[in-house]
Amino acid sequence: MPDQTPRPLPRSIDETLTLLTEGDYVADRALATVLYLSLTMQRPLFLEGEAGVGKTEIAKVLSTALGRRLIRLQCYEGLDVSSAVYEWNYAAQMIEIRMEEAAGSADRKTMERNVFSERHLIRRPVLEAISGEAGAAPVFLIDELDRTDEAFEAFLLEVLSDYQVTIPELGTVKAAEPPIVIITTNRTREIHDALKRRCLYHWVDYPDAARELEIVSRKVPDASARLSGEVVAYVQRLRQMDLFKVPGVAESIDWATALTELDRLALDPQTISDTLGVLLKYQDDIARLGEGESARLLEEVRSELATAD
Amino acid sequence: MARPEEMADTREPEGRLGENIVHFARSLRKAGLNVGPASVTDAINAVLAAGIGSREDFYWTLHAVLVKRHEDHAVFDEAFRLFWRSRELVEKMLAMLSPVAPAGAQREKPRSGEKRASEALAKPPERERKQEPDTEIEIDARFSLSASEVLRSRDFAQMSAAELELARRAMRKMIMPHDRVKTRRHQPVASGRRLDPRAMMRHGLRTGGDLILPRFTAPRSVQPPLVVLADISGSMSQYSRIFLHFLHVLSERRRHVHSFVFGTRLTNLTRQLRHRDPDEALAECTKAVEDWSGGTRIGEALHVFNMDWSRRVLGQGATVILMTDGLERDRIDLLERETERLSKSCRRLIWVNPLLRFDGFEPKARGVRAMLPHVDELRPVHSLEAISDLCDALSGADRKAWKPLAKPHATAHTAGPGGAHGRA
Repeated sequence: MPDQTPRPLPRSIDETLTLLTEGDYVADRALATVLYLSLTMQRPLFLEGEAGVGKTEIAKVLSTALGRRLIRLQCYEGLDVSSAVYEWNYAAQMIEIRMEEAAGSADRKTMERNVFSERHLIRRPVLEAISGEAGAAPVFLIDELDRTDEAFEAFLLEVLSDYQVTIPELGTVKAAEPPIVIITTNRTREIHDALKRRCLYHWVDYPDAARELEIVSRKVPDASARLSGEVVAYVQRLRQMDLFKVPGVAESIDWATALTELDRLALDPQTISDTLGVLLKYQDDIARLGEGESARLLEEVRSELATAD
Repeated sequence: MARPEEMADTREPEGRLGENIVHFARSLRKAGLNVGPASVTDAINAVLAAGIGSREDFYWTLHAVLVKRHEDHAVFDEAFRLFWRSRELVEKMLAMLSPVAPAGAQREKPRSGEKRASEALAKPPERERKQEPDTEIEIDARFSLSASEVLRSRDFAQMSAAELELARRAMRKMIMPHDRVKTRRHQPVASGRRLDPRAMMRHGLRTGGDLILPRFTAPRSVQPPLVVLADISGSMSQYSRIFLHFLHVLSERRRHVHSFVFGTRLTNLTRQLRHRDPDEALAECTKAVEDWSGGTRIGEALHVFNMDWSRRVLGQGATVILMTDGLERDRIDLLERETERLSKSCRRLIWVNPLLRFDGFEPKARGVRAMLPHVDELRPVHSLEAISDLCDALSGADRKAWKPLAKPHATAHTAGPGGAHGRA
């Protein structure tokens, strides 16, 4: 478990940047700025970008670095209020009713109060997120929002603007302090403007070579410097190609890890073609990067690194 | 602005002013605005309350009361111009009410609502398209066809402007597809298989827990997204505009319609078509598209779509309608690859092709042969009837005209519906 003593929020963009770096997240200034603004303005942060660029990671790092609890709502098709906000424990309620009956108290008001009491309430992520204490508001990650339907998105509008949820039997639960909300989407569907309007928007892009190299060296410290350099340069080349899905940062890290596991200290054509599945996930793309092409890329990478040295 | 003492003067011409406002409101209603009797009363009261200071004040007073949607602005604007200028009423009123009538400053106006406004003001529309009972029609019996029947089957390319207009109107009345897919989300139903404990408990409490009756939920169904890719190159120009009208009607009637057009480049027209007013929407589209009636690169356009958009709009089991003649000149391999990718990323790929209007159509062109194996269905799109059939097909009701191609790959080598197989 991370350190759970809440730390104060950063007071400037630089502090935000340091905070992220301490959490092993190599961010650029644009991201630090928007994150800082979202923390100070208490507005949700809407992160959009291709899969594997580190959107979810931001929330995780933020929770660790700030010492806040991370509450994650993984969205999926069919997500509804009962699995996102709250649900009643029906079995316990049944028992409660039986007990009341056995005790002979048939007063309806009391029964309703007992049956629908906090004891039988199962809290789901949304409710958890808004019932945090003041000064220690949790980080609330709404992951892959594009996977739910619009009805749920519309429901979130209310939650995110007022940070409150109404449970008919209990009343309204309002957050003492708004949680730090991070929303991510992979753009498999356009999110409605109304929701975006309530958030600060940031497009998380692939990092440039220098930043990616830093990320890889931090995440895969065992990899040799040469290997990391070649891996990053190679992946950067791949991103310029016309591929159906270019590899993300997560793939670079995976690849560096895989090659380290294979005790490789540098790239060679055979290893590349053996491990290409770590980087590319579409057969078309793999076919496109046949033997010749991957060898050519490697040559380019080598000469590029040689001139850089 | 009118001062209270001037207000007293307005009482004299009130009768005529009121009458004129009533007429004006009726014209607006004819032009398609939602103006009820209550709004007319409101309008008269508003004019009386605000007084007639200037033409512009008068304009905005009426605008405030009679225009309820942003889309109606253009129509109102045009109707106001035509109605109140032609009779010079405002000027007369102003002359009557104030010593010096301010010069009626003319606003620069968008003219997209002009046609509808002037039609509504000019004459009551003729009831020219009375529905006659459908008769079995032989080709030689063309003089016995009713106007609407001719219209239904006539090729868009051969229609006159007036007929196209009628076709557009007919399209607005067309029944739109009713396709539905089940979602994983549930909704309460009277009877079903899945119990709904939340509802059971809540209702059970009404009897103090004595009687807990089963309640059910079942998966909800929604209309899947519809993604339309329409070719607007030169060879398709006679169809693309009317097809855009069809897209507008579709976008208005159902949610999740994503419309793209392509010639030499791909343009997303989804937002433009969301405008409620058809003229305004089409005007916006024209502005957005830079390559009307130019050349076409189908493979290239599909490639761009697959790269940039397919993951964004095809996510929820979308149906894709691809409208093109399939006449690709170069890069057949690219076209084939991209069509295959497209068909693999959507639930259903329907190719609508105006070339199918020819009875003896054969998939001879190399482009057509490259695409055919990968589409689920091939349909004509040249007439109202064809479009109506397309709607039926989307609903899953009709399979009469062009059956889904039985086996991919086999189709490219078998004959088209018209005749024998030919080689390009």
